[in-house]
Amino acid sequence: MRRSYLFLPGNQPTMLQNGAVLPADVLIFDLEDSVAPTEKDAARELVASALRSVDYGERVLAVRINDLEKPYVKKDLETVVTAGAHSVMVPKVTGARTIQHVAVMLDLIEEEYDIEKGRTKIIALIETALGIEHAFDAATSSQRVEALALGGEDLCADLGCPRTKEGTEILYSRSRLLIAARAAGIEAVDTPFTDARDEDGCYADTVFARSLGFDGKLSISPHHLRPIHRAFMPSQETVAFALEVIEAMEMAKRERRGAVSLRGKMIDLPVVRQAAKTLELARASGMTLPEKEGTPS
Amino acid sequence: MTYSTKAAPSLRDAILRSGLRDDMTISFHHHLREGDRVLNAVLGECSAAGLKNLTVNASAIMGCHRPILDFVRDGTVGSIECNFMHAQVGQAISRGILEREVIFRSHGGRPAAMDRGESHIDVAFIAASAADTAGNCNGKEGKAAFGSIGYAMPDAAHARHVIVVTDQLFEYPLIDASISEESVDTVVVIDSIGDPERIMSGTTRVTRDPIGLLIAEQAAKAISASGLLRDGFTFQTGAGGTSLAVAQYLGELMRAKGITGRFASGGITGLLVQLLREGLFEVLLDVQCFDREAVQSIAEDGRHGEISATRYASPAAKSAVVDQLDVVILGATEIDTDFNVNVHTDSNGVIMGGSGGHSDTAAGAKLSIIVAPLMRARLPLIVDRVGTISTPGEDIDLLVTQYGLACHPGRAELARKLKGAGLPVVPIQDLKAKAESITGVPVRSVHKGRPVARVISRDGALLDTIAMIDN
Repeated sequence: MRRSYLFLPGNQPTMLQNGAVLPADVLIFDLEDSVAPTEKDAARELVASALRSVDYGERVLAVRINDLEKPYVKKDLETVVTAGAHSVMVPKVTGARTIQHVAVMLDLIEEEYDIEKGRTKIIALIETALGIEHAFDAATSSQRVEALALGGEDLCADLGCPRTKEGTEILYSRSRLLIAARAAGIEAVDTPFTDARDEDGCYADTVFARSLGFDGKLSISPHHLRPIHRAFMPSQETVAFALEVIEAMEMAKRERRGAVSLRGKMIDLPVVRQAAKTLELARASGMTLPEKEGTPS
Repeated sequence: MTYSTKAAPSLRDAILRSGLRDDMTISFHHHLREGDRVLNAVLGECSAAGLKNLTVNASAIMGCHRPILDFVRDGTVGSIECNFMHAQVGQAISRGILEREVIFRSHGGRPAAMDRGESHIDVAFIAASAADTAGNCNGKEGKAAFGSIGYAMPDAAHARHVIVVTDQLFEYPLIDASISEESVDTVVVIDSIGDPERIMSGTTRVTRDPIGLLIAEQAAKAISASGLLRDGFTFQTGAGGTSLAVAQYLGELMRAKGITGRFASGGITGLLVQLLREGLFEVLLDVQCFDREAVQSIAEDGRHGEISATRYASPAAKSAVVDQLDVVILGATEIDTDFNVNVHTDSNGVIMGGSGGHSDTAAGAKLSIIVAPLMRARLPLIVDRVGTISTPGEDIDLLVTQYGLACHPGRAELARKLKGAGLPVVPIQDLKAKAESITGVPVRSVHKGRPVARVISRDGALLDTIAMIDN
C-alpha cells in the first residue's frame, strides 16, 4: 500500500534514522534539491549507509537522484542501487528519452553487480509542461516505471503561473498525469502540499487528489503523513460494499459460475479490483475487518 | 493584635521582625518560575543583615535563582532543600560549592516532611500578586498574577512565622484568599515580586517534532487500549512538548468517542484549559499554572480549582489527588531496565532537575507512562542502571518510545491489552539493544566524589545520593 511518499533530506543523519519510525509507506531519500552541490558526495554515502544498515521494516525505499543534466547521476545510481534501493525517483522527466537513459544505466549496473535484472524500479517525477505532454510515453518507455509523480511547484514555474493552495492552476496537469498513469497501468502520485504547518489544508488537498483517482501523495513534511493517511481511509459504507463484492465473487468461484452478480447486478472486473484496493486501504488505515474476507486471486 | 500592625515598611524590617537568626530555615515557592524576584531579594537582605548559615527550603530553585550561589559563597546560605533544581544552579552544586548535601524531595514529599515534623520552616516568604493588609492573599489577581499558589500553602500552615510579600495591596478583605490571614504574621509591599511573562519557561507548547508526536500518538493509543479511557477519566500530564502532545491526541480520542473526563490535575497549561472549555474534562485541579491562559482561567472559571501541594500529592495527607489519577504522562532523562527513572542528573551525573511531582504521580496513578525518545543526540535513553533514582521502577507501568512500547514485567495484563490493540510491545531490553545498535554503548562517567545531594523518597526514606563530579 503506497499512500504516502515522504522525502527525507539525504544529508541529515537524524532524519534518515527517523525514517525508520515515521509512518510513511514510501521513503524517498533525496539527493537532489535538498542537498547543496558541496554535500552531494557525503549525502550519497550517507544514504547508502542508511539503506544498508537501518531497519526500515516494510517501507518502500526510494532515492531521488540528481537530474540528468548534472554530473552526479551515474555515481548516484551505482551507489544507491548496490545499497539496495527499491526504486529511484528520476526528476525532471520530459519524456521517454529521460527514462530510457536511466533504464540503460540501471541495466548496466545490475549486470555488473550481479543484481536481478529489472529489480530497481523507476518513479518518474513530472514537473514541466513538456513532461506533462509526454507523460504516457515516459510511463510506457520501460518496464521499470512503476509510478508517475507530479511536482507541482516546478511545473507552475514552468507554466508561468502562481502556485496556489487551491491548486486550480494544476488541475489539468493532475488529470492528464493521472490518465497517462492509468492508461499505462501504473500508479499515480500527487504533488506535495507545501505548507508544513497546515495539516487541514493537506488533508483537503489529498481528499481532492484521491477524488481524481490518485493512489498516493508526495510529502515534504512528516506532519503531512497523518492527514494523507486519513484522506485515504475508506468510509465504512465503501468498506461494507467492498466486502459484499468480494464475498459475491468468492461465492461465484465456489459455485463455478463465470459471471458475478450482486443484488441482481453484474459485477465487472474493475469493480472487483476496486473492492480489493478498498480493503487494502482499510487494513492500512487500521480499520477492523471481518476475518473471512479475502482478496481476489 | 489588629491586622494593621502586620504591615512592615520594608523587606529588611519584615525579616528583622520575624526573629530570623543564623542557622534557621526560610522557605519560598516557585510559582513565578523564571520570573521570580522574591527569593533573590530576600537573600540579598539576609546577607546585608549579616545572617549566616540559613537553610533555603524552596519548592524549586529556578535558573533565575542563580544569585543563590553568591549567597552560598558569602556564607548566608548553608543548606538547600528543594524539589527541583535548574542546571544553572545544579552545576555548581555538583561541583561541590555547598558543603552540606542538598535535600531533594518531591512536591508531595515536601509538605509530608513538614507534616511529619522532619522539615521545620522558621520563616516562610510567600510571594503573592494580591494581598490585603491582614495577609489574605492569592496569585490570581494583581499585576504579577501567576495563578495557583498551591506550593506555598503548606508553608503558610507550618512555618513559625509567615511573611506575605506582594507588589499590589488590595483593600481588606481580599475575598478570594488562597492563603488566609489566620496564618500570616507580616505583610510587606515591594516594587515587584517578579515578571509574570516569564512564568512560561521551558517547553509548554505541543511539540512540532515528528518523533515527539509519534511517541505521543502511541501513548494516547496505549491509554485507550488500557481500558482506562472512559467517562470519568482522570489525567495528568507534564508541560513538556511530548507530554502535551499526548493530551492533544487524547483530546481527539475523547472527542471521537464522546468521552468526558472528570478532572485533569497538576501543573496546568493552556491546552488543558482548552479541553476544559470544550467540555472534555469537567474540572481542573491546579497546583501550578504554566502559562498565561492557565493564569487567566483559574481567576475566571469556577471549574478550574486551586489545590495545595498537600492535597495534590502528600503521602502524609488523609487523601490526595494523585491517588485518584487514572493516568499520568511523565518524562525521563534516563530509564533503566528495572524501569527506575532519573530526572535529577544528566548523562554526566550533573544535577539538572528534580522530581517535582514525578514520583508522587507515578506512585498514585493507576497507569504511569514515561514518554521519551529512545535516543537524544547520540545518547541512549535506556541504561543498565540510572545515574540517580528519582522514581522507583515499581511505580512505572509503561515506557513509550518511537521504536516501541515496553511494559513493566509485573504488568502482564496491560501488555496483553496493548498487544491486543496492535501496539508494538517489546521487552525493555530489546529497546535498549535497538538504541545501542544505533548509537553504540556510551562509556558512563562514574563519580566517586563525596555526596552533594540526597534524594528523599516521598515517604521520607533515602532513595539515592548524588556524588560530586570529578571535574
